Amino acid sequence: MLKINNLHAVVEGKEILKGIDLEVKAGEIHAIMGPNGSGKSTLASVLAGNPKFEVTGGSVQFEGKDLLEMQPEDRAREGLFLSFQYPVEIPGVSMVNFMRAAINEQRKYKNEPPVSAGDFLKLMRDKRELLGMDSQLVSRSVNEGFSGGEKKRNEIFQMAILDPKLSILDETDSGLDIDALRVVAAGVNKLHTVENATLVITHYQRLLDYIKPDKVHVLYAGKIVKSGEADLALELEKRGYDWLANA
Amino acid sequence: MKRSLQIEYKMIEQQYIDLFEQYRHDVDAHSVPGMNKERDAAFETFKKIGFPTSKQEDYKHSNVARAFDADLGLNLRNVPFSVNPYDAFKCDVPNLSTNLYFLLNDRYYDTVEQHHALPEGVFVGSMQEFSKKYPQVFEAHYARIADSSDNGLVAYNTLFAQDGFVVYVPKNTSVEKPLQLIQILRGQADTNVNRRLLIIAEENTQVKLLVCDHAVDAARFVVTQVTEIFAEASAQVDLYELEDNSEQVTRLSSLFSAQKDQSNVIVTNIALHNGYTRNNYRFRLLGEHAEAHVGGLALCDKQQHVDNFAFLDHAVPNCMSNELFKYILQEQSTGVFCGKILVEKDAQKTQAYQTNRNLCASPDARMYSKPELEIYADDVKCSHGLTTGQLDLDALFYLRARGIGEDEARLMLMEAFTRDVVEMIRIDSLRERLESLISKRFRGQLVRCGNCNVCK
Repeated sequence: MLKINNLHAVVEGKEILKGIDLEVKAGEIHAIMGPNGSGKSTLASVLAGNPKFEVTGGSVQFEGKDLLEMQPEDRAREGLFLSFQYPVEIPGVSMVNFMRAAINEQRKYKNEPPVSAGDFLKLMRDKRELLGMDSQLVSRSVNEGFSGGEKKRNEIFQMAILDPKLSILDETDSGLDIDALRVVAAGVNKLHTVENATLVITHYQRLLDYIKPDKVHVLYAGKIVKSGEADLALELEKRGYDWLANA
Repeated sequence: MKRSLQIEYKMIEQQYIDLFEQYRHDVDAHSVPGMNKERDAAFETFKKIGFPTSKQEDYKHSNVARAFDADLGLNLRNVPFSVNPYDAFKCDVPNLSTNLYFLLNDRYYDTVEQHHALPEGVFVGSMQEFSKKYPQVFEAHYARIADSSDNGLVAYNTLFAQDGFVVYVPKNTSVEKPLQLIQILRGQADTNVNRRLLIIAEENTQVKLLVCDHAVDAARFVVTQVTEIFAEASAQVDLYELEDNSEQVTRLSSLFSAQKDQSNVIVTNIALHNGYTRNNYRFRLLGEHAEAHVGGLALCDKQQHVDNFAFLDHAVPNCMSNELFKYILQEQSTGVFCGKILVEKDAQKTQAYQTNRNLCASPDARMYSKPELEIYADDVKCSHGLTTGQLDLDALFYLRARGIGEDEARLMLMEAFTRDVVEMIRIDSLRERLESLISKRFRGQLVRCGNCNVCK
């Protein structure tokens, strides 16, 4: 599904990604761990197409297509979803209008007619219940006045609505208390199928107690320095990252 | 200012001074005594101060005198038009049911249309008729708060205004159904239009008025408008202005509002499409626990110009004022905002809030903004906020990351930016209508063909 080959990226003239290789197949959950500043969020941003980051080398194939050639909106329409580390507040744009516009743009891309009002409301209600979200949140402006936890929950809610092929969860666990973490993780697990894939970015092992990864990768100073099975996360929790830096 | 320019402005003014002296008889003959008796004083003032020019600090970015430097016709003899506004404007918005009135240039257009019955004692209609029917009420209000001593535009308007529109609500009366006034500009030649609006809300009354400006013909129009609002104790007055004029229109509006105890006045102005606009506001809070809410929204592109000058005067304690002005400027348009707040010495416990937010969506657009707070009481809550910037790039990326195309995402953010001004409006159906008009405006779908955009 996703094939990253020797990816290099810079932000404000500084090279952050120094040659990333990674392959994610349908049905898999991968976790990317690493200390602060190792390039985890940069990788997520580059994959989503954030114009602040400049790709200086390498390639990314998504479902056989050249991802780096695509505009951010086309990446989303092709089925890539980024759960933002810092979801943006957008006063004046209601969640309902936002989601309706997003769904309809994706449908238009696939030459499908706009979603009917009835189907849309049902979808919103079903996914809201899945994430245990307050109905009030959905009627408000996008993320405006949401608590940190509500924002993260709202990201997964949007993911549930848009039903992407590949979800990138960028530090979705930060800012969540343990109860919210359980609900969000349960939501992610329910949405997971053999046909989609998830890339979980985190620097704590905690989230991986709830979302079981098939593969764990350690990102350090812009490179993946180690890959392994789920138990690698436990080892990292015990030993930290330093032993890998020196490895 | 260069000396030659000063002389030029004097010459422009002199034309109108001569015109008035020459046609004084016609001006009076086609108006009413109540309006005529104010002309002498206005004439003296106008001769003395003339039109505002950019030499004056308060008009720094709007050289109003320049607009009159043209061969403008005035219809002083009230030559009738062969036009029925009802043919051009059929209002059939399903949810916006209003009592509809028209001003055709500066005259009240007497319609045959049946209006929904108004509560007893309420007068809505021609200023000339009102001045004859209620001479004492008229005398007590007309030109009483529209101070011309430092405002040449008001003096000029008082000099030439011959008719206008009056809403009079006697005490303990509530006008439930919104009133709608459509101000139409028509003419084959370049025209100067001078119109008056008078809103008198006596004690314990409620009234809502929507005023829409429309220029139908392609001629150039220079319009002066003077509005006086009297909100007596516990009166609630809503005035919503919507400007949808051609680029050939210069709108020079001066609005005066005087409020007594516990009154609540809301005025919003939405410049959906315009040419050159200057809106002066002077709100005076004269009775305790009065509230004034003032909103302005300007959507400009091409070389459009919108200048809002708001003066909020807190004369007594315990009043509240809230101002929210927003501008979205595209292409080579210009926005100007000046917000003066005066809290007088004894006006303790005043709450006065002012916000001005501007979006410059093009490198050629210009915004000039100036807050001015003068506070002479020590126990007050006052604030002002001013920001001018571009679209939030993080928000733009967030929308795109959900599959929304860049152009659409920009439009969504611009529409979102207008939302809080529209939300000040206390008529649900009008609010919804405006949201859709604003959306169409941004999408370039607002066809200006003489049809009422509110009504169609």
